Amino acid sequence: MLAYQLAMESDQIQAHMVEVIEFPYLGNKYDVMGVPRTVIDETIHIEGAVPEPMLMREFEKLLN
Amino acid sequence: MALLNAEIRKDVQQALVDVKTPVIFKVFTQELECQYCKETRELVQEVAALSDKLSVEVYDLVRDQAIAESLGVDKVPAMAVIGQKDYGIRMFGIPSGYEFGSLIESIKLVSDGESGLSAETRKQVAKLTKPVKIQVFITPT
Repeated sequence: MLAYQLAMESDQIQAHMVEVIEFPYLGNKYDVMGVPRTVIDETIHIEGAVPEPMLMREFEKLLN
Repeated sequence: MALLNAEIRKDVQQALVDVKTPVIFKVFTQELECQYCKETRELVQEVAALSDKLSVEVYDLVRDQAIAESLGVDKVPAMAVIGQKDYGIRMFGIPSGYEFGSLIESIKLVSDGESGLSAETRKQVAKLTKPVKIQVFITPT
């Protein structure tokens, strides 16, 4: 839901919720062992549901 | 046969009472409907029937390739949840179980048009100068 909120906030952001059992090749591609797993721009990987400030600390890497 | 029983339909109707502005689901399937394509389409149609603010447009991933591409849809079943504008909210796979709740929440989000994020986060996000794709992988449980 945090991903959707971010998409709401910026026209630059698309948020995709992906049901991994239906798309197992993506599960393999992104090493999804547990859910939720968040992948931002192919480079940032976050395991589990994280609170907003923690997600934003990762997100900051995109701004540099 | 309906996917949602009377009790759930009532709950969803209740949850959608505050939806005041139109929300469009652009659902993508394909001619030979994939596993869960039919169920996803039917599920969304059943939800949409519960509020006069909701409507569904059904597209074919192959036939409507240009529309799919413009929305960033590259696999099915898929849907874009669109409010006053396209906020970039997509769902791939059937939104069942816990994700059914996410579907309902996404309707409320795009209808409200407010992210509900903190001022700090909004400030950071505003600095983005290039497109970003966030993928959240989930399972139906």
